[in-house]
Amino acid sequence: MTGERVTAPTLEPASASRGSIAAFIFKKALISALVALVLFSLMIGIRTEAGPTGQLIYWTRFPELAGMVAAVFAGSIAVELLRLWWGPVGTVMVVPPKVQSALALARRAIAPLLLIFTFLVPVIFYQQRYILDLGILVLTYVMLGWGLNVVVGLAGLLDLGYVAFYAVGAYSYALLATNFGLSFWICLPLAGILAALWGVMLGFPVLRLRGDYLAIVTLAFGEIIRLVIINWQSLTGGPNGVSGIPRPTLFGIPLTPADDGLAAKLGIEFSPTHRIVFLFYLILALALLTNWVTIRLRRLPIGRAWEALREDEVACRALGINITTTKLTAFATGAMFGGFAGAFFATRQGFISPESFTFQESALVLAIVVLGGMGSQLGVALAALAMIGGFELFRGLDQYRMLVFGVAMVLLMIWRPRGLIGHRAPTVYLEHSQAISSDLVKEGHG
Amino acid sequence: MDYFAQQLINGLVLGSIYGLIAIGYTMVYGIVGMINFAHGDIFMIGGFIALISFLVLVSLGLTAVPLILLIVLLVSMAITALYGWTVERIAYRPLRHSFRLAPMLSAIGMSFVLSNYSQVAQGARVKPVPPIITGGYTLLDNEGFVVRLSNVQIVVVITTIVLLAIFTWLVARTRLGRDMRACEQDQTMAALLGVDVDRTISMTFVIGAALAAVAGMMYLLYYGLVDFFMGFVAGIKAFTAAVLGGIGSLPGAMLGGLAIGLIETMWSAYFSVEYKDVAAFSILIVVLIFMPTGLLGRPEVEKV
Repeated sequence: MTGERVTAPTLEPASASRGSIAAFIFKKALISALVALVLFSLMIGIRTEAGPTGQLIYWTRFPELAGMVAAVFAGSIAVELLRLWWGPVGTVMVVPPKVQSALALARRAIAPLLLIFTFLVPVIFYQQRYILDLGILVLTYVMLGWGLNVVVGLAGLLDLGYVAFYAVGAYSYALLATNFGLSFWICLPLAGILAALWGVMLGFPVLRLRGDYLAIVTLAFGEIIRLVIINWQSLTGGPNGVSGIPRPTLFGIPLTPADDGLAAKLGIEFSPTHRIVFLFYLILALALLTNWVTIRLRRLPIGRAWEALREDEVACRALGINITTTKLTAFATGAMFGGFAGAFFATRQGFISPESFTFQESALVLAIVVLGGMGSQLGVALAALAMIGGFELFRGLDQYRMLVFGVAMVLLMIWRPRGLIGHRAPTVYLEHSQAISSDLVKEGHG
Repeated sequence: MDYFAQQLINGLVLGSIYGLIAIGYTMVYGIVGMINFAHGDIFMIGGFIALISFLVLVSLGLTAVPLILLIVLLVSMAITALYGWTVERIAYRPLRHSFRLAPMLSAIGMSFVLSNYSQVAQGARVKPVPPIITGGYTLLDNEGFVVRLSNVQIVVVITTIVLLAIFTWLVARTRLGRDMRACEQDQTMAALLGVDVDRTISMTFVIGAALAAVAGMMYLLYYGLVDFFMGFVAGIKAFTAAVLGGIGSLPGAMLGGLAIGLIETMWSAYFSVEYKDVAAFSILIVVLIFMPTGLLGRPEVEKV
């Protein structure tokens, strides 16, 4: 979305004959295939396994190896042909004005349409429990994405340990509810507050760190929380987790077939779907709350300070913005929403264990935020839908799922490092919006 | 005291392995300025390739252990180096001038790809090998408590020292090393003066991966097992070592590796085994807060 409609001058001489291009592509594909042959020779050509006596045995898989190498050869040719068709580096596709205006209209309409559709999902898919469950899962990630967006997208602080706050929220609710019998509606704010507290606790030490160092410290923090949960067995149950977490109630009215349940009170027949629908609207409300708070905060001085911090910390400090409070509030706000989402996760599952809070979750949420275009609320929602939906598509290929996720992450970064809706529009500007050179700000051109 | 001496030996051996991995992190960070998140998984791949090539050599009928070890070392270094090169070529080079988060996320993606690739290719179960190098020396025998220095430990330490010597010579005395140091200081200027920056960066990844492969093989010899998930934690610890030693500094990486190895071993020995990783990660946080430049690093001055 650079707005420029120029075609860079072609770099290759136009007179390059077809034959030499074909030879070049063939040579390149051959080299790729050779590299693949060496890479895969031992890892795929030979399969090892611990035998019945503990002795390591192996067998060869040369047909698979040959298949992989052939696939790399063909793939390499396909990529080169695509590149040829796309044109030289720097070519910007010219979009006709009519299509552009149609796209702009679609862009404006998509958010309200999506919202209306989301509200109607339980009505439309009332019979399909699978879709409702999937919808709840997507909305949970939308909420997590929006929460992390405050930290990464608005304040520009790379957080690789966001799952820690999710875990704190989930365990807060689980332990408070199972040990003290507190209800979901009391625990929800408590979980948020506790998570925010942990956010501040993480925030304090890392105030001086930047960029990659911050990322690695947050990652370490996330791992520490997970390891403590695993090992502090007397409190958290260790790897066995916490089970028997109470289900949420509609302001004190349980959604059970009992006499005081919601179905009995309303005089309708009980159905387990009621609870699913209730959970769906609950997470939708929580997610919308996150979105609303974020949008409002962006218009407050603190939100402006976050965005200034993202663009340039030194300039920010020179302008008299208190870096400490700015960073801490960003961490605390993001963590609080993570905590809410965690409490919801605990009440939905009824069972939590440390396995749900691995680094992969953090990476998934971060991928959603970055794919969504860092700072764009709609982008995050669409990215969560695409990611979780995509994940579900590969459910059958269980062990290939993370492999596909990793490949997708690398390819997306190469294809669109700025995300699907990669545009950091300034919320305020003087007279007219100016494009700022990437040399001037750390984040690069937006 | 005897107990302490034994733990000291164990810690130094573990530290050598971490140090070898940490060099890869510190070199890449020094030149490209990114955390090569996939480096831990490159180490894991190195371990797997060592395991497989060892298995093949043994079944081919080779019996001379030193010869087997040498071939395994060379094979795993060569193939893993190619992995390092490929990862840089596919996932990092297109993003070299992109915004700062992009290479980091691409590296995280690559880390998932590598670990799940070896899970798919070799199965999820832990792969044990019988002890390859047996025997050792008893240093102290004090009222039943024995301090032992096993041959495996000697091999690990000696291999590390020899490789470090070669590597130091490479960086300090060769054309490639000079190019690497030039790129570390200023890539544009180095390019203007005729240094092939792309090639130098590729070579950095190749060397880092080769050293990680050695670490992977040493891990296999020392612990007698590999699994597809071992790269993640080892990677973070090695990165901690690189930071502790001062990122960008090569002797610092080795020093940091030894320090992390010792701390982890001592913590396990005197406090609790369960929390040894927590200890290592806490050290990372504490070091970054109070000593962001590490033990031997240069302070980073930001110019506006």
